[in-house]
Amino acid sequence: MTDELTLGERLRQRGVSRRGFLKFCAATASMMALPPSMVPAIAAALEKARRPSVIWLSFQECTGCTESLTRSHAPTIESLIFDHISLDYHHTLQAAAGDAAEHAREAAMQENWGKYLLVVDGSIPTAENGNYSTIAGISNLDMLKEVAEGAAAIVAVGTCAAYGGLPHAKPNPTGAQSVSELISDKPIINVPGCPPIPVVISGVLAHYLTFGVLPELDALGRPMAFFGQNIHDRCYRRPFYERGEFAETFDDEGAKKGWCLFKLGCKGPTTYNACATAKWNEGTSFPIESGHGCIGCSEPNFWDAGGFYQALSVPTGDAGKTLLGAAAVGVAAGAAVGLLNKRNKAKAVEAHEKVTVDDLNRE
Amino acid sequence: MSGLESIKVKVEGLGGSAAFAHNALPVLHEIRHALAELAGGGEPTVIDLSAIPFGPGDREQLFQVLGEGEIKATLSAMGESLIRETAYPGVWLVTHLSPQGEELATHIEVARLPALLITPELDVEDALAALSARLQADDPLHPESETNT
Repeated sequence: MTDELTLGERLRQRGVSRRGFLKFCAATASMMALPPSMVPAIAAALEKARRPSVIWLSFQECTGCTESLTRSHAPTIESLIFDHISLDYHHTLQAAAGDAAEHAREAAMQENWGKYLLVVDGSIPTAENGNYSTIAGISNLDMLKEVAEGAAAIVAVGTCAAYGGLPHAKPNPTGAQSVSELISDKPIINVPGCPPIPVVISGVLAHYLTFGVLPELDALGRPMAFFGQNIHDRCYRRPFYERGEFAETFDDEGAKKGWCLFKLGCKGPTTYNACATAKWNEGTSFPIESGHGCIGCSEPNFWDAGGFYQALSVPTGDAGKTLLGAAAVGVAAGAAVGLLNKRNKAKAVEAHEKVTVDDLNRE
Repeated sequence: MSGLESIKVKVEGLGGSAAFAHNALPVLHEIRHALAELAGGGEPTVIDLSAIPFGPGDREQLFQVLGEGEIKATLSAMGESLIRETAYPGVWLVTHLSPQGEELATHIEVARLPALLITPELDVEDALAALSARLQADDPLHPESETNT
């Protein structure tokens, strides 16, 4: 249930000082990959922000994305859940179970119809009438369509929800599909990764909380702030690539010296994510820094994109054809559906009240 | 700069005796630009270090070069924030920690005074109101002895 207090009022009620609030805004700006100069604008927006209801649906997933989010430290997940959003439904984190949980979801939907944020992790199986995965007797497919109807926007967390992920890999026995393949009349933001970096998930939620809209997206529906650059362009081992100093095996001299892992299958050049800067485990390291090439986990079909240890320069034959075929079908289907639903989506976006970055810059 | 030269910095894998790893040097140049701007009467600058791809040892090297100055301040609000002037006056290192002590963000602020150290205007008004109220009590020095707010 949403309450009527703004975030600023609620924090002051909790005894958070104005300096504390500014610090929170500075940390939030950093997490959203916004420049520090925007902190005053963010403080102004957060002062007015109201608490959106969030319904989290977990479908055909491994729970890795929830695990990732609960490792997020900025702000702490507890404060994110309890103070800044109203997480009204989440299998792993909620105390209620069974009927009580489903009733809580229905109540939250009714109370906040048209305004709640729907977060989805896991792919949605569509084979056999969607019966490969059900919750309380309702197939994932039906539940997604039902809950999406009243949502203001949908966040597809993890590569499974964003692009189908592991279940979608050949031969895709469950007919797994992504959220955007099934819902086309709502704004959808994809936050891929297997799992996504914790601060990326909470950064997106924080952006929504601050500005009331979803951030700028790339062609695959991913927020530009975190997925705007590929790993290769931000990798600290790039100078070795430029000098042609490659590790040839995992235990040779080059590997020990931290040379480029391109020849050992690193997919950094074709993978867009924030791993090279935000890193993992609170900035400790990321796969390349730990000596293993990037596997491209935030890209569609990464499981079928040739071997993890096969260099990008080696043609993958089979996988290449699959990708081309899928792209062609996708384009045809997408164009038709896109034309029909563009108006609906535009209407849904328009109806949603928001503070834009332009508004803040004007003040 | 005392004793820095005697600290041997060894970053393996870069070959030779490169004094700096990949990204400490560009950040130092950015700080120099910011200082020039500030010295010319311009605006302060804040650099968010989490946006920069540091390799292993880069951050440590950067902090080593910046060194420590005369002022250390701690902000206790939603966890601690450490605000320290470096050995280069006007260049401040601001580290925000969560209540659990985890690092939320680290900024380099090039300014006469970091923004967080300045008391907000509304806080001053609140302070005036609070102190005035207290001094109006019967026993200002021991307000617990009566039903005062």
